[in-house]
Amino acid sequence: MTVLATTAAVPLAAAAESTSVGNPFVNIGIFALFVGVTLVVVLRASKNNKTAADYYAGGRSFTGTQNGTAIAGDYLSAASFLGICGAIAINGYDGFLYSIGFLVAWLVALLLVAEMLRNTGKFTMADVLSFRLKQRPIRIAAAITTLAVCLFYLLAQMAGAGALVSLLLGIDGRLGQSLVITVVGALMIVYVLVGGMKGTTWVQIIKACLLIAGAFIMTIWVLSMYGFNLSSLLGDAVATAGNPALLDPGLAYGKTETSKLDFISLALALVLGTAALPHVLMRFYTVPTAKEARKSVVWAIWLIGAFYLFTLVLGYGAGALIGPERIANAPGGVNSAAPLLAFELGGPILLGVISAVAFATILAVVAGLTITAAASFAHDIYANVVAKGRTTPAQEMKVARRTVVVIGILAILGGIGAQGQNVAFLVALAFAVAASANLPTIVYSLYWKRFSTQGAVWSMYGGLATAIVLIAFSPVVSGTEKSMITGADFAIFPLSNPGIISIPLAFLLGWLGTVLSKSKEDPAKQAEMEVRSLTGVGAEKAVEH
Amino acid sequence: MAHPTTPEPLPEDLAGPGVDAGTRTGDHPREAAGEFMAVQASGEFQELRRTHRSFVFPMAVAFLVWYFAYVLLADYAHDFMSIKLAGNINVGLVLGLLQFVSTFGITAAYVHFSNKKLDPKATALRERLEATVDQGDLK
Repeated sequence: MTVLATTAAVPLAAAAESTSVGNPFVNIGIFALFVGVTLVVVLRASKNNKTAADYYAGGRSFTGTQNGTAIAGDYLSAASFLGICGAIAINGYDGFLYSIGFLVAWLVALLLVAEMLRNTGKFTMADVLSFRLKQRPIRIAAAITTLAVCLFYLLAQMAGAGALVSLLLGIDGRLGQSLVITVVGALMIVYVLVGGMKGTTWVQIIKACLLIAGAFIMTIWVLSMYGFNLSSLLGDAVATAGNPALLDPGLAYGKTETSKLDFISLALALVLGTAALPHVLMRFYTVPTAKEARKSVVWAIWLIGAFYLFTLVLGYGAGALIGPERIANAPGGVNSAAPLLAFELGGPILLGVISAVAFATILAVVAGLTITAAASFAHDIYANVVAKGRTTPAQEMKVARRTVVVIGILAILGGIGAQGQNVAFLVALAFAVAASANLPTIVYSLYWKRFSTQGAVWSMYGGLATAIVLIAFSPVVSGTEKSMITGADFAIFPLSNPGIISIPLAFLLGWLGTVLSKSKEDPAKQAEMEVRSLTGVGAEKAVEH
Repeated sequence: MAHPTTPEPLPEDLAGPGVDAGTRTGDHPREAAGEFMAVQASGEFQELRRTHRSFVFPMAVAFLVWYFAYVLLADYAHDFMSIKLAGNINVGLVLGLLQFVSTFGITAAYVHFSNKKLDPKATALRERLEATVDQGDLK
């Protein structure tokens, strides 16, 4: 977030007075209570984890409403709560794009992907992608892209956890935050190992309700302070910041032609990323039918849309009541806007509750991501490629559990590296990677009869490599004082989001690989996939216990 | 899934049924595959496909065009977006909120369309298919 960095040029004196917020003991007490309750739920829910379908897909026994709430829980991560509130508080209108992009993106999932995916797959994204193409290359590619997207997403969540807890406990040092991230990672591993998908689904449901309720209460609270007049709230935000441009577009992205392009790139990644996020796609398998998948998406859209409307009020509310300068200088920086606002409104108690909810949010999202990555590795790479199918479900789940541990460790290390970045911005990078690596192949294999294995492989590897290489050479990684590596400058790519290049390129590669491929795919498999995707014949049913 | 009809032998896929037993639902013999091709070619299925695409494709194009129109306005038409309409509410905020409205609207329209037009056709076809194709092939 190079643009955000410029707003941080404020004397450090302001930081000293807001370093510790609330009472660490109250904060930790409320938080520990919450974690305890969710762990009990996980343990109880996991008693029925008998089969692979149970572990990965929650027995396909969730209703559309339950699953929709869980999708909202998966989706409304630290990025949506901490990241967007902070972005709006500091960058004003330009931060609002995140809310809009994250929501509109659901139409891609609803109209084009969700139901057909439910009808043709079983556990993972690769099930669908490899349905009518060659198993091995596609599964390997899909598993690699899944792991990459999940890891990017995890980094963002970890950065959010570090920011949140540093504010909560008044831990300001890098070492202290690193320790916090390590503890979150360890908790998460326990969650996933014990609970599986059924456990995490319940965690998502509980957490989504708490998060939306918490945001709703804060929204009403803020609005009531301004007589339920949005205009006077906005006016006060401008007055506190001393910057009328807060309400107009361009504060963060309007400075140069390059930053304007960056805005388009971000917008593209946001709208096309959602339907390609492996952990969201996997949620469509936890319901018994395509109709329930549709219901879940619809329910998720309502919940998510409502939540993003709240973020507009919360973001400007934080700007009005606390002010961009104090937010930027607080421990946790831009990501601390929402908890700071909670403290401003309801003192240490509300801060404790909201922080616990935000923390649980991160924990739950991290668990969802990890289980997706683990399922993808165990199911797509181990069971189908390494063991060539000569494995037992028990063995596959053992591999999945080991993968969880490895992913957990990688996430902790990555989170330590990504401290201090805006979470919404980091998540947008994961969206760009997902939209580049996965979306073209998903869309082509569902809707383009001629699509071939070569096209899929070119598109997935090409999109993934382009996105990651461009990020590596962007100002995110090096060249500015806010970059991950501050001492060096190899940022030869000027945009901080790669979407505008990598997404169209991945679509192009998918097309090119297909028209240039010599071998034709099996028309019978294509027929089967198309018939199944539209009618739902032969789709996996719910597991009965 | 090495089907004998596959135009080119797929070395990766040598391992026959059961290899990816955990990966897909239908490890069915060739007859079922032939059945699927027949269904795909049938008028009833073509009609279902046309109905589905005639809604989702134009709708997808429409919301993407509207979204990018909004993004481009926010990016390049700062003066226009900054026009105050009422108090501190400007054009940009209203257009942004309209993105929410259109998203909710399209969602509702799609649900209505699916329940009315898509589901009956899909269900009829599925039931007929499940009756003709041996259940053992499908499950």
